[in-house]
Amino acid sequence: MNTAPLIPACGRYGEFGGRYVPEILVPPLVALEEGFLRYREDPSFRAELDDLLHRYAGRPTPLTRARRFLADTRTVLYLKREDLLHGGAHKTNQVLGQMLLAHRLGKRRIIAETGAGQHGVAVAMIGALFGKEVVVYMGEKDCRRQAPNVFRMKLFGARVVPVTSGSASLKDAMNEALRDWSESYEDTHYLVGTVAGPHPFPTIVRDFQRVIGDETRAEILEREGRLPDLVAACVGGGSNALGIFTAFMGDPTVALLGVEAGGEGLESGRHGATLERGKPGILHGMRSLLLQDTEGQVQESHSISAGLDYPGVGPEHAHLQATGRARYVAAEDHEALDALVALARTEGILPALEPAHALSAVAREARAEPERGRLVVVNLSGRGDKDLAHVSALLEGGDRR
Amino acid sequence: MSGRFTRLFHRLENERRGALVPFAVLGDPDPEESARRLAILADHADALEVGLPFSDPIADGPTVQAAVLRARAAGTTVERGLGLVAALRRTRPDLPIGLLVYANLVHARGLERFYAAAAQAGLDAVLVPDVPLEEAAPFARAARAAGVAPVLIAPPNAPDATLAGIARTGGEYTYVVTRKGITGVGRGEVDPSRSLIERLERFAAPPALLGFGIARAEHVRHGLQSGARGVIVGSALIERFATEPDSVPQYLDELRAATVLPPR
Repeated sequence: MNTAPLIPACGRYGEFGGRYVPEILVPPLVALEEGFLRYREDPSFRAELDDLLHRYAGRPTPLTRARRFLADTRTVLYLKREDLLHGGAHKTNQVLGQMLLAHRLGKRRIIAETGAGQHGVAVAMIGALFGKEVVVYMGEKDCRRQAPNVFRMKLFGARVVPVTSGSASLKDAMNEALRDWSESYEDTHYLVGTVAGPHPFPTIVRDFQRVIGDETRAEILEREGRLPDLVAACVGGGSNALGIFTAFMGDPTVALLGVEAGGEGLESGRHGATLERGKPGILHGMRSLLLQDTEGQVQESHSISAGLDYPGVGPEHAHLQATGRARYVAAEDHEALDALVALARTEGILPALEPAHALSAVAREARAEPERGRLVVVNLSGRGDKDLAHVSALLEGGDRR
Repeated sequence: MSGRFTRLFHRLENERRGALVPFAVLGDPDPEESARRLAILADHADALEVGLPFSDPIADGPTVQAAVLRARAAGTTVERGLGLVAALRRTRPDLPIGLLVYANLVHARGLERFYAAAAQAGLDAVLVPDVPLEEAAPFARAARAAGVAPVLIAPPNAPDATLAGIARTGGEYTYVVTRKGITGVGRGEVDPSRSLIERLERFAAPPALLGFGIARAEHVRHGLQSGARGVIVGSALIERFATEPDSVPQYLDELRAATVLPPR
């Protein structure tokens, strides 16, 4: 096997990205990169994936024009309905892609990290479809907060391993998955859940998610006769955002907006706004922006939505921010909650708390300039059913600020 | 560069012995007790490897993770950790001391400044476990500029090109991993690969110190028979401090007795 890296720069996005892992993980990552490059061009792989996306997962997803959500402004808003995808979120797209890749590469066992449990559920679900042994690492704290998703994963036949080390949340689950993989890589694929981690994961995940933007671009051109002025998405690790951004990357008139978890406010220190408040650092195999203290210890993030609760961010987002191609803002917990309720009441759509952040930021901008008739697409990356208990406790517990 | 590790290996070669190198997390369980333990280790071993506590130690198993948590909870910062090394250095001018530190702690301070501080503390070598050869150049450059040897890890699955690069880039010693996975005892057979060490020698890599899962005298003997120049004992030692702290000197002496090589 030729183990020289195929991309000498080790998967850099400008000064971000790379492959900062123990030496033992370099050969498996090189093998994965080679496998990915080979199957990406393979017509039978593409055909099988397209068939799964269409007939199993339900692609293409609809692009819904909002009727009432921003009726008090001249903004024309479309929602890319990833909430209607099988599994209830965009996660299914790339899990199908990576699972098929792992299958073709002969891996019998699949490991994954999960925060809220959405990625874990997607891996368990598609793992069942492919008959794989699935082990999901999940912070012990998250296991308790997201008990229904733990049950869902078990129902699909996965083993859920609670992680008690460190802060017992998503970043620690990712540490544990990397530890497992450094022992098990020969028969095991590590199915990373977002556009983060060591090269080639950020590229692989983005590639399997870009279908969101490809569909959006074609349909909006057909229906509106022009490209949107703004494409917005929430950013935790950043996979749904890159999924919809990538198709528009070469369209200079299309502004790209990423919306991070503002938590209890950027000044409170309790947030997940890595791009706004993070500093460059090295974690989970990548150089990216990180929430960290002055000596480089990684800090805990906070968000109302577990899916945005990550102290790092995909390296391509750090690069898009540095080059100015994309703009990043934050929406706070209470703003996301308000947007979730507003979309439910005006459109009859219950979004997950994660895309509610993007809706909130877009609504804020639209209301700041109500006369501006911009054409806007928001990636509605998932449905809110998973958040019902949490939202109900917040709204009815009088905890709403 | 001929540092304290290199001089140690020369001396031990004449004595027909391998090196016993204990590993400890700086500041575990707290900085004061850590200073006391480091002195014990120094008295009963040939060199030390010490680790700075980091929030996300991805190459370490449960025992080292727990030590890191204790050290951080007791207020061990990078500054205090390096202070423990500096204090030890003042009383042990000849003891070879290597540092294990995760990349972000180096990166956050700035590579030049971090390695300068490491040199200032009296460290001979620095190993960054989450920086593989292909990312190592800027780290190695900054280390050399500060007069500190960059140490790289050679795992059992490394291709020849990587071993050749480790030989070119590394100094003082090469950390040879005996098996797949992470640090810790009883996670799999200790299987020091003679062929891995022979390949490293062929590329003239710095002397091999064997790590991961070494706990007993027989591991030490096997390791040295495979051609390694010494062994690193980490998790087993940390567990020993937790369960039978008074037996640590005797334990180290037993391991050290096993470093005597059979007659030629």
